[in-house]
Amino acid sequence: MSSSTNDVNVSYLDYKGKHSGLLGWILSVDHKRIGILYLISMMVFFTVGVTFGFLMRLELIAPGRTIVDPQTYNSFFTLHGIIMIFLFIIPGLPAVFGNFFLPIMIGAADVAFPRLNLLSWWLFIIGGLLAIISVFLPGGAPDTGWTFYIPYSVRTTTNVIPALIAAFILGFSSILTGLNFVVTVHRLRAPGMTFFKMPLFIWSLYSTAWIQVLATPIIGITLLLVVAERTLSVGIFDPALGGDPVLFQHLFWIYSHPAVYIMILPAMGVVSEIIPVFSQRTIFGYKFIAFSSLAIAFLGSLVWAHHMFTAGMSGVAMIVFSVLTFLVSIPSAIKVFNWVSTLYKGSILTDPPLLFALGFIFLFSIGGFTGLIQGALSVNLHIHDTSFIVAHFHYVMFGGTGFGIFAAMHYWWPKMFGRMYNKVVAKTGFWVLFVGFNLLYFPMFVMGWLGMPRRYYDYLPEFQIYHMLSTVGSWILITGLLIMFINLFNALKNGKKVTEENIWNGETLEWSTPTPPFLFNFKEAPTVESGPYEYKRNEVSETEVKEEKV
Amino acid sequence: MFNETNYIDSVNNAFTFIVVISAALLIAITIIMLYFVYKYNAKRNKKAVNIEGNMTLEIAWTIIPLFLVAGMFWYGYLGYDALATPPANAYKIKVIGQMWKWNFEYVNGVTTDTLYVPQGKPIQLDITSLDVSHSFYMPHFRFKSDALPNKNNMLWFQSDETGVYDIACAEYCGLNHWNMYTKVHIVPQPVFDEWLSNKKALKDGGTVPVVDSNTVKKDTIAAPADTAKKSDGNKKK
Repeated sequence: MSSSTNDVNVSYLDYKGKHSGLLGWILSVDHKRIGILYLISMMVFFTVGVTFGFLMRLELIAPGRTIVDPQTYNSFFTLHGIIMIFLFIIPGLPAVFGNFFLPIMIGAADVAFPRLNLLSWWLFIIGGLLAIISVFLPGGAPDTGWTFYIPYSVRTTTNVIPALIAAFILGFSSILTGLNFVVTVHRLRAPGMTFFKMPLFIWSLYSTAWIQVLATPIIGITLLLVVAERTLSVGIFDPALGGDPVLFQHLFWIYSHPAVYIMILPAMGVVSEIIPVFSQRTIFGYKFIAFSSLAIAFLGSLVWAHHMFTAGMSGVAMIVFSVLTFLVSIPSAIKVFNWVSTLYKGSILTDPPLLFALGFIFLFSIGGFTGLIQGALSVNLHIHDTSFIVAHFHYVMFGGTGFGIFAAMHYWWPKMFGRMYNKVVAKTGFWVLFVGFNLLYFPMFVMGWLGMPRRYYDYLPEFQIYHMLSTVGSWILITGLLIMFINLFNALKNGKKVTEENIWNGETLEWSTPTPPFLFNFKEAPTVESGPYEYKRNEVSETEVKEEKV
Repeated sequence: MFNETNYIDSVNNAFTFIVVISAALLIAITIIMLYFVYKYNAKRNKKAVNIEGNMTLEIAWTIIPLFLVAGMFWYGYLGYDALATPPANAYKIKVIGQMWKWNFEYVNGVTTDTLYVPQGKPIQLDITSLDVSHSFYMPHFRFKSDALPNKNNMLWFQSDETGVYDIACAEYCGLNHWNMYTKVHIVPQPVFDEWLSNKKALKDGGTVPVVDSNTVKKDTIAAPADTAKKSDGNKKK
């Protein structure tokens, strides 16, 4: 790398280092280029995941065989789950937008360990490819569901081992990213940026990073033990050898429930950025939103066994986990109330990022409220493992995190690429997506309550109407996705050029970097004096407003 | 006294209680949100006002939801509590899941693939599995319990009405997971006793004294079907 400062004062997109062309990207240790690498790979995996989802819905449009046999269908939902969870939702915000914006938003030039950061991406790609390869190896695509429940995952003859090792490797990618973020937040904040002057997106990434570091090793070792069970028959989980399948369920959910918060917390962070910026005012209850992220990370680590209410746990365990599950809803509710209050007396611009953020609040609230329904013990025994659960987590993970990712894309796209998308098309895409989403997933609540179990290749005739509506919804949803992504990617070539630093009038540090940012982000290292959303220029007007009232 | 109807009612009530509160809050949040977006739109409201927070509001929207979720927990707990302790005189039937069918084992050694239970009597189901994990699910009765190979799980119920309802598998168990449907028949005690003794006779290899198993099945279905409430569904074609 050149020591001349002139050379680094170019956009990270144009910078030429030791390598050029493709190598200049896949060997780059720049956090922004790594963020873009994640973005591209994530979009590819997302497309594959959507395709599996589309095929599942198509199969279910009518009873009986429609397009595939049961074995293929079982592989569809397994791969849909593995790809969407491990390759889209988990890395979606931290690895793409966290990598790109975490250093910038705390005023740093890069993450603490840039090389480790590149290693995370390589592990991600290796894990992702292994998951895809497992589909094509002899033996057949894995058919265990993304939960790999024992004993079935030991009995089936499909390629479970490659899928398990893929998830193991992806886990390491996630741990390294988390570790990097924790250290970066602690060590690399700009002078003057205290913890309580950090943007809320950083708070949410910081909370997430701790879960990644603390919880992911548990799934890693658990998945390896399943591999050991399949190859060496050690008898830890397999009841035929004296093992306990419920132990597997505990270990699996000790990670996989906190993982849900790994997925949702950064999206909450994005919403906390967007709402004050598009209301042009300071955020309501900054500290409550910040601490609720930590509370969610903490309480969320203690509720895993609510996935196992039907497994025959002791009465005490049932009660404790039900109570904790209800408690974890409180910090989420606090966030929602503070977001809505931030709109109060704002000067609101209904640009696409805000639309997606409001969509998040509505859909996530439905996801949250239906979570309460499942937290009640007696109701849970009825709707557990039905399509009610499928609807619930799609509202939280897709309506929540997915819309959070889309909001982040529309918010930061101009900063990342220096190009503006067509806003009218973006809004159209949102509404199509929103309608399709609800038509796709809401009928699943209804049929779940009526007794439609999940992971079913076929169903009783009385459920057909709901399945049909849902499948039609999937077509509308995919249309919305296409409108949105074509608009965004078209902007890269044909979009209006953006050169101004601060197109949305934001007050966080990424809006004081050049557009697109320079290699080391800032022209000169920033010093922070005020909080992230102070909007001091409003303060003069506040007295005016009071006078008007009098 | 715990019976089919009031257990179903207790689950339905807990569900309704939570849904009503949730829907009210969701509608309130959405309306307020949309109203703010309209009222304080930059077109109408050029200047924003900074409000950093309000301690009273923060406390209110922490404490009030705590009470609401405490109520929700309690409703859910009540139903579960009733289900957790079967009466000592319950009639026991073993339920054994396997890929991909259910077996029901009665005290006299009779094994069937369809569940028959006497009306008006507490029934305790001891649920286990031969191979992988399954989950014994009776949607009409609003409950399920996992069938695990190394463990017995228990469910109990009492139905004061006769009827025929679906049984499904709710824990994914491989290729034909979706096709583990069978039925539970709730029949009057005399019909049940006759059915069981006929089954026993069949099993012991003797000739069936009165009727063969087919007619028994038809009888028992025909008798309760008249008085039964609407079935939860038909068996898969």
